[in-house]
Amino acid sequence: MKSKPCIMIVDDEEIVRTSLSSWLREDGYEVLIEESGKRALEDLKNHDCDLMLVDLKMPEMDGLQLMKEVKKSLPDLPVIIMTAYATVDTAVKAIKEGAYDYFMKPFDPEEISLTIKKILKQQRLEQENIYLRKELAKQFQFHQLYSKNKKMQEIFELIKTVAKTDVTVLIHGETGTGKELIARALHAESLRKDRPFMPVSCASLTETLLESELFGHEKGSFTGATNAVKGVFEVADKGTIFLDEIGDISQKLQMDLLRVLETKEIMRIGSTVPIPVDVRVISATNRDLKKSIENNTFREDLYYRLNVITIDIPPLREKPEDIPLLVEQLIEKFNVETGKSVKKVNEDALSMFMQYGWPGNIRELKNVIERGVVLAKSDIITINEIGPCLGKKTEDTGKTDTLSLETMERNHIASVLKNNSWNISVSAQILGIDRTTLYNKIKKYNLEDNHK
Amino acid sequence: MTHICIQPYDGCKKDIVDEIAKRLMETIKLPVKILPPVEEPVYAFDPGRKQYYSTKILRYIVNNHDSDALRTIGIINTDIFIPVLTYVFGEAQLNGRAALVSSARLKQEYYGLKPDRSLLADRLFKEVMHELGHTFGLTHCGIDSCVMTLSNSTAGIDRKTANFCENHRDEFMKKLRELEIYDEK
Repeated sequence: MKSKPCIMIVDDEEIVRTSLSSWLREDGYEVLIEESGKRALEDLKNHDCDLMLVDLKMPEMDGLQLMKEVKKSLPDLPVIIMTAYATVDTAVKAIKEGAYDYFMKPFDPEEISLTIKKILKQQRLEQENIYLRKELAKQFQFHQLYSKNKKMQEIFELIKTVAKTDVTVLIHGETGTGKELIARALHAESLRKDRPFMPVSCASLTETLLESELFGHEKGSFTGATNAVKGVFEVADKGTIFLDEIGDISQKLQMDLLRVLETKEIMRIGSTVPIPVDVRVISATNRDLKKSIENNTFREDLYYRLNVITIDIPPLREKPEDIPLLVEQLIEKFNVETGKSVKKVNEDALSMFMQYGWPGNIRELKNVIERGVVLAKSDIITINEIGPCLGKKTEDTGKTDTLSLETMERNHIASVLKNNSWNISVSAQILGIDRTTLYNKIKKYNLEDNHK
Repeated sequence: MTHICIQPYDGCKKDIVDEIAKRLMETIKLPVKILPPVEEPVYAFDPGRKQYYSTKILRYIVNNHDSDALRTIGIINTDIFIPVLTYVFGEAQLNGRAALVSSARLKQEYYGLKPDRSLLADRLFKEVMHELGHTFGLTHCGIDSCVMTLSNSTAGIDRKTANFCENHRDEFMKKLRELEIYDEK
């Protein structure tokens, strides 16, 4: 840590450099002096400087040009422009181009001294603020999850307790609530953390493919099976398998899965040799599996096998207190990915976020922020950049009490299509209708793929 | 090399210079010698600014510094400046041998007020102590009462005391011990 704040003086007049530097040194500052902009830029590469005092008129590179160059690599370094020939125009220009202040030589000692103190104090407070915000965010962070919400904090505690055991966990939550992140946190907290974590999206594969994905197959067991392949149960041995959208698997696979959970053995497709596996199973769904049991689409015995512990993730609309924290974390993430330096979303946009229903939950917020960071014209995201992304407030929020059956059907179809990237076959399978019926429904409800 | 020299310039009142010397002696427990006054330093006069360039005067004091003296402090009655500032109350060589203090802006009459001899002596003594501190390597202090606090106005000078804070006093004594001025007792 630096003991003294460091000030760099850049002036082509030696007399100014020496008199100002000795005066500032008396005041306890570390002082660097340079006679040209070019040398100052070189010096800045090797020194950590807190403030620059730059003469306006210098040969080759003038003070404003130097300031522009400095701001490219050090946007937060405050620069004071000094001049012997001040005019209102040059002062306005300097401030507009990012100078912290503008001083006419000779300076009033009291004025310059107070200004320097004020700048350094402000800088210290800003740095403290950044540090404290990071510390505060850590308090609400659990692995890749951030939340201030009481229910979420209880979930974090539950994960810590449950993770050390091998009990099955069923994670329930709407789409985009971060079910996989919860599963990953469970794995990371467990004794299996150094072994593989294998996520499988059950809804994205056909029954045959999913079966092969889970249990593997022997060479020649079906058309196209040219080699023997291990399934994720084998690959994840001593690790964790995360079965996402477990409510979507077929009756046959439900039975196979139940057998694996009971015997802790799998059989590759086309083989009769049981292979012992030591795998922890975490599953997730956005469906109400109890209703699926009532409808005989989900096996009750499998449900109880998978559901020793249930984690119910609240949707984003039920934890609005998390929105500012998540927005901050997402901006930081996308700044790194895009190389931009967006600072925040403005008040109007944030208040819009707080009122919006977030049917797509955190995944939707993530998309909105990514778009905002990419499109932001300054370091602040405004409604102009993110407004068009936000849909109607209540339509898809899951509050279904007041919706007609027809609207419910429309919303559900739209949601399934959206979640499956408008793959008609997969969506039709999930919806339990054939492709032609799905096409007719799309036409009837005038649904469109907005991402085309 | 155990005494401090005061070099008054023409125009400084003798009784005030004597008082400063006496108070300095009492405070830092070192002998203080007052040199005969010298003429106003015309070589340092800037006709454009109608002020005297303090660094030039300081350089003169350093060049004429009595090698037997520990430090020499010039006291001048005219307004002094350094090129980048509109004025200074004083200037010192940080960790050096000489310092200069001006009484011009310490006087009440400079601001159109009634002269106050005792206030002037107080202010002048504080500034002498302050610049002397710099010659022993002391930098400005964040404690308002410490004489090493930077004062750019008479109000600022009046707010602080003529004494060092605990840290600066220790630092000052340490420097004197390093110079073998005081015995370790």
